[in-house]
Amino acid sequence: MSKNWWKILGVALLLYTFTAGFLVKVPYLGNLYESIRNFYFHVPMWFGQITLFTISLVYSIIYLSTQNLKHDIYAMEFAKTGIVFGLLGLTTGAIWATYTWGEPWSNDPKQIAAAIALLIYLAYIVLRGSITDLDKKARISAVYNIFAYFIYIPLIMILPRMVQSLHPGGMEGSKGGGNPALGGDSLDKSMRLVFWLAVTGWVILGIWITSLKIRLNLLKDKNIINE
Amino acid sequence: MTKTVFALLKKDLLLELRQQHTFYGILLYVASTIFVLYLAINKPEADVWNGLFWVIQLFVCVNAVAKSFLQEGRGRMLYFYSITSPVNFIIAKLIYNIILMLLMSVLSLLLFVILLKDPVSNMPQFIGIVCLGGISLSLVFTLMAAIAAKAQQNAALMAILGFPLIIPQLLLLIRLSKTAFGEIFRQNAVMQISLLLIGLDLMVIVLAVILFPFLWKE
Repeated sequence: MSKNWWKILGVALLLYTFTAGFLVKVPYLGNLYESIRNFYFHVPMWFGQITLFTISLVYSIIYLSTQNLKHDIYAMEFAKTGIVFGLLGLTTGAIWATYTWGEPWSNDPKQIAAAIALLIYLAYIVLRGSITDLDKKARISAVYNIFAYFIYIPLIMILPRMVQSLHPGGMEGSKGGGNPALGGDSLDKSMRLVFWLAVTGWVILGIWITSLKIRLNLLKDKNIINE
Repeated sequence: MTKTVFALLKKDLLLELRQQHTFYGILLYVASTIFVLYLAINKPEADVWNGLFWVIQLFVCVNAVAKSFLQEGRGRMLYFYSITSPVNFIIAKLIYNIILMLLMSVLSLLLFVILLKDPVSNMPQFIGIVCLGGISLSLVFTLMAAIAAKAQQNAALMAILGFPLIIPQLLLLIRLSKTAFGEIFRQNAVMQISLLLIGLDLMVIVLAVILFPFLWKE
């Protein structure tokens, strides 16, 4: 029980998000009105994706130094959950866009960058599928994972801020890009109450899902991995 | 270390000069593709010209770099493994592919200008951007070719791995080349984008040098 405290914390935080997220008073910015509540679902998806991909990167680096297949499984599962979070982020973004931008997909730079990030990590899965030898698969996919991460970060953080975009954080005319999360410092007090707890809750959920998949994989490959 | 790098580079260049099969193969590919384009769309406008140019560059790079890695047989790789360090090997490959890609970029630019007419207003600037683009493309695809060579030597896999990774740089290059067509950019934008591209290239080089030794041991 004491080992699972964080899972209970995650569930509690998410329950809080689902209730408080819809009850707390929100500021009306621009044409967002009540849809700004999506902020508690859409943005944590991306925080979650970055966190999961970072953890995947760390395990890839650890694998390259220890050659223990367990770490390779960790890296793979974190990347897969990161992909799922990315899909959810794009979906929640598309739902939000239908009401605010007029259409679910408007080829906005941020949307395109997020889709390309997804393609990069899907290629990671394809690469893993194309190699049969376990050690080789782990080593080569670890190399690709590390390289992909360093392209992924500029792609989703730097490029969308350099161009004009409907998404907050893009440039307006000649002004520089700001924070794509509607201004971190200027986030309304009432939203801040729910937002950071929501982020923590969603990230914990992501890690929980990944840990379950890891345990499943470790059981499946029990014979090959010496712990 | 530089002596080893130069020796390996000289080997690749000599092989190329004697066999010439990669060079003429890619040249033929470039010429036929641009000719097909010419037949399809006789005199494109600036945007289309720009877009087509960079797409052609992408495919030329995939073919050029694929050949350089995939033509080494297993026995040859084992021989290299015993005589040189992976860092020297990858640096030599990177430099060789840069030279090859620069050559191909300039040639394809020439063909584009001859066949598809010339909407470029600032040609020296565009040539600089093309060279920068050629270098960026070849660096990423060299590492991808190294990865694909270990995974059953599949050229299609190299394309699958490489295309998503190259898109950020490709988008930056397409945006940057618009300045050579006379589009006005805000202050410092050209310098900012160029520095970002150069920064990404340096990062790719460092990553390639750090990561290749892990691919090296079989």
